[in-house]
Amino acid sequence: MSDKLKSNIPDGPLATKWQEYRGKMPLVAPNNKRNIEIIVVGTGLAGASAASTLGELGYNVKCFTFHDSPRRAHSIAAQGGINAAKNYQNDGDSVYRLFYDTIKGGDYRSREANVHRLAEVSRDIIDQCVAQGVPFAREYGGLLANRSFGGVQVSRTFYARGQTGQQLLIGAYSSLSRQISRGSVKMYNRHEMLDLVKIDGKARGIITRNLLNGKIERHGAHCVIIATGGYGNVFYLSTNAMMSNVSAAWRTHRRGAFMANPCFTQIHPTCIPVSGDYQSKLTLMSESLRNDGRVWVPKKREDCGKNPLDIKEEDRDYYLERIYPAFGNLVPRDVASRAAKYVCDEGRGVGSTGLAVYLDFASAIMRYGREQANQKGMVNATEAEIKALGEKVVEGKYGNLFEMYEKITDDNPYKTPMRIYPAVHYTMGGIWVDYNLQTTVPGLFALGEANFSDHGANRLGASALMQGLADGYFVIPYTVGTFLANEIRTPKISTDSPEFEQAEADVKARINNVLGVNGDQSVESFHRRLGKIMWEYCGMSRNAEGLKKARKMIRELRDEFKKDVFVPGSNEEYNPELEKALRVADFMELGELMVCDALDRNESCGGHFREEYRTEEGEAARNDADYTYVAAWEFQGDDQDWILNKEELTFENVELKTRSYK
Amino acid sequence: MAGGNGKSINIKVKVWREGGDFGSGKFETYDLADIGTDMSFLEMFDVLNEKLVSQKKTPVAFEHDCREGICGTCSMVINGQPHGPMKGTTTCQLHMRSFKDGATIVVEPFRAKSFPVIRDLVVDRSSFDAIIQAGGYISVNTGQAQDGNAVPIEKDTSEKAFDAAACIGCGACVAACPNSAAMLFTSAKVSHLATLPQGEVEAKKRALAMVTQMDKEGFGFCSNIGACEAECPKEISIENIAKMNREYLGGVFGSEKTV
Repeated sequence: MSDKLKSNIPDGPLATKWQEYRGKMPLVAPNNKRNIEIIVVGTGLAGASAASTLGELGYNVKCFTFHDSPRRAHSIAAQGGINAAKNYQNDGDSVYRLFYDTIKGGDYRSREANVHRLAEVSRDIIDQCVAQGVPFAREYGGLLANRSFGGVQVSRTFYARGQTGQQLLIGAYSSLSRQISRGSVKMYNRHEMLDLVKIDGKARGIITRNLLNGKIERHGAHCVIIATGGYGNVFYLSTNAMMSNVSAAWRTHRRGAFMANPCFTQIHPTCIPVSGDYQSKLTLMSESLRNDGRVWVPKKREDCGKNPLDIKEEDRDYYLERIYPAFGNLVPRDVASRAAKYVCDEGRGVGSTGLAVYLDFASAIMRYGREQANQKGMVNATEAEIKALGEKVVEGKYGNLFEMYEKITDDNPYKTPMRIYPAVHYTMGGIWVDYNLQTTVPGLFALGEANFSDHGANRLGASALMQGLADGYFVIPYTVGTFLANEIRTPKISTDSPEFEQAEADVKARINNVLGVNGDQSVESFHRRLGKIMWEYCGMSRNAEGLKKARKMIRELRDEFKKDVFVPGSNEEYNPELEKALRVADFMELGELMVCDALDRNESCGGHFREEYRTEEGEAARNDADYTYVAAWEFQGDDQDWILNKEELTFENVELKTRSYK
Repeated sequence: MAGGNGKSINIKVKVWREGGDFGSGKFETYDLADIGTDMSFLEMFDVLNEKLVSQKKTPVAFEHDCREGICGTCSMVINGQPHGPMKGTTTCQLHMRSFKDGATIVVEPFRAKSFPVIRDLVVDRSSFDAIIQAGGYISVNTGQAQDGNAVPIEKDTSEKAFDAAACIGCGACVAACPNSAAMLFTSAKVSHLATLPQGEVEAKKRALAMVTQMDKEGFGFCSNIGACEAECPKEISIENIAKMNREYLGGVFGSEKTV
C-alpha cells in the first residue's frame, strides 16, 4: 500500500463500523458552524443534497453550477430507479445482500467498508425522498412499489415511471431552494469552476468563470466539495448530457488529488445506434427492455441488408441465448455489450452502419397475446387478433420507451425489431477518496460519480442515484466534521493571498492561450477525433498494442490542438465555444491517463476487458493475485509520467469468485 | 450525410441574432444543404455552427444539454411555436423529418419580459428559480423523515401528483402565453405538492408565497387561453391552475398567515 493513501477505514466489524464511527466522530458545534464556509461544486443528486443538508446544519454554503439553474444537472436524465435494502417485498433482501450484490457486481474492485455504508444508508434515502414529495410508484394498497434490475435476485428498485432521476433531483433541488431562500446557501448559477486553490496544502477555494460575462472570480472557503459527475464524454459520443465534463475534477487532480481507476467505464448495451456523422449524443433505452426483447443478428452476412422480417427463424442467431443459456438476454451490461461488438466485428451487424443488433419483441407480443386470448376465452383467435392483444400488453409495459424510439428513428418497434448498440454510459473511476470521502488534498472532498469509491469495475443498475444521494444526504454532513473540527479557529479565508492570485493568473493564461491559437480547426472536430481514438482503443475491449498507439495519438492530437484550434470571440462575453475548448483540452489529458491505467491493469474485470486476458471460452479473466488494488494516479506535470499509487483491497467479508453467466 | 431511414433536404433557417456584433437584434438567414432528415433539430444547429466556425464567424448561441427531453435547458420558438410543431416534444427531440425540402424555418428565443435575452436564442430563466425558492418545497430537513411506507398514498393520487411533477421548467408555457404568464409552471409545483399528504400541511402558505413571487418577477396574468397546455412538451394540464387558484384563495381568505 502506498503510504500516500490512507483509507481511514475505522476499526470494528463491518456491520457496525459506520454506526460506531458516527457516534465517536468529531463534531463542529452550532456556534462554530456559523463561522465556517463550505464550497460545493455541482448541483446534481450528490451536490444538491450535500449543499442543502450542510446548509440545514448551519454551515455557510456557497454552491456553484455552470447551468442556468441547479435543476438542470445531468442526474435528471436517469431513467430506471434507485436501489434500497428496504425488504418491503419480503423477498429476502437485507443490507448485507445489497452490499454483497454491489461488491460482486463491481467484480471485486471496490472497498468493502464504503459499500456496506452505502447499503446501510440506502434505506434512509427512500424515507427522505418520500418526505420531500417524490412521487414514487405505488401499489393499489398505497404502499411503495418495487421492480427488479440486472444482476440481482430481489426486487429492491424504487422508481418514478421512467423518470426517477428527474423526480429525485427535483426533490434535492427543492430542498436546496429552501436553503437558498433561508440564506444558508448562496447559489452561483452559470459559474464554471476552472481551478482549485490550495493554501498550506489545504483546499481553500476555487477560481470560477462567470459564463455570462467571462469575469474570473475568486471564492474562498474552509473546505471544498466537488460533486461534478463523470467523464463519459471523453468518448465524444455517450449517453451523458452535452455539457457533462471532467474539468472541475481534472483541475483538482492537477492540484494534487489522485485519480483512481480512470479506465473503468461502463458501456450500456441498449442504446439507439449512431445514424450519421453529425450525431451529437446517444440515447439510452432502459435495461428493462431486455426482460422481453430477444437480441439477434443474421447468421449469414449476406442477410444483414435485408428487411429483418424477411429473415427466416432458422437464419437468425439469438447469440446471447446461444452463448449464455443460463442468463440469456439478461446477462449483465458488460457481457451483453461485448457480445454485440463481437458479432458486429464478424460483419453480422445490421442497419446502415453495420453497427447495430436487433432487439426483437415479436415473440413477447405473441406470448402475451396468446395469454390474453386464453384469458378472454378466444379459442379460435386469429394470428392478427393475438398480435393486437399482445401489442397492448407490451405497450403497457414499455409504451413510453417505444414512443421515444420511434421519435428518434422513425421506426415502429411493434412492427419491426429495434436496432440497438452499446454506448458509453457511466464512469466508475474518479477522484480517489478515503472513507470520509476526502481526497488526497486535505479539505477537498469528492462525492457521487466524481469519486471512485463504490462501484468497482462495473456498476449495477439503479445504484448511481443511490450513491449520489447517500454521499450528499447521509455521509458528507458527518464526515466533513473530521476535517472541519480542526478548523474552528481558522478565520474566514481571504482571497487576497498570493495563492489565489497565482491560481487566477494560471486560469487567465489558459484562456488567453486557447483564444490566441487562432488556428483553423473547430473545438468540436478535436473532440470528435479524441472520442474516436478512445472508443477504438480504450472502449469495449482493449489490448496493449492498441493502448500504446492510442497514447501516442492522443499526444499528437493535443499538440495539434495547441497549434491549430480556432475559438471564436473573446473571454469577456457569453462564449460557449470557449467553454468547450477548455473542457476538451482537459479531456485530452484525461484520455491519456485512462489509456495508461488500462495498460497497467493486465487483467480483465468488469467494464475493463483486455483481449490478452481471457479464458479459453473468451470470457474475462480476472487476476486477483496481482490486481486486487485501486490504481490511484498522481499528477507530476505536463508531459511527465504519472506516479502509480496502489491501495490494496482486502476482502474480509466476501469470498472472491469468478462471475459466470453460462 | 443521411443515415438510418432518412433522406436529405435543403432548408433556410432564419435565426434571431442578438448581442455581440448583432446589437439589439435582427434576423439572419442561413442556407443549409443536404440536411439528413434523421438529424435532430439541434444537430441541424450543430451543423450550422460548425459551418459558421469554419468561416470564422460567431456561431449561434442556443442552450441545450441532455438532448433527451428531460433537463429543460433547450428552448427556441420554431415557426411561431415554442419547441416547434410536434406535440409533447422538446426542441431536442424534434427531428428534421418534420420539415419539408425547401422550407424556411424561423427560429426565435422564448420571448417574455421576465425572460430577458442573453444572446441570440439564450434567455435568462432565473425567475423560475426565484418562484421555487419562495415556497416550492416541503419543509423537511435531512434525517427528519419517517419510514417511507408509514403513510399510504392512493395510487391515483400519487399518479396525479406525478403528472404535475413532470414539469421540466423549460418556460415554453410562458413563451406560448400572450400575457407571458407563468401560471402553468407555478401551478404544476403547487399542485404536485398539495396533492400529496406530505405537502398538504403547507399548501395554502406555499400557494400564496409562490404566486406573490410570480407577480414580483413580472409575469402576466392568466386569461384562460390554454396556449400553455397546448405547447407544454410534458403536456401538463391547466387543471393545475384551477387547483392553484383554490389553494391561493384558501391562503388569502382561510388562513391567518401572511407572507
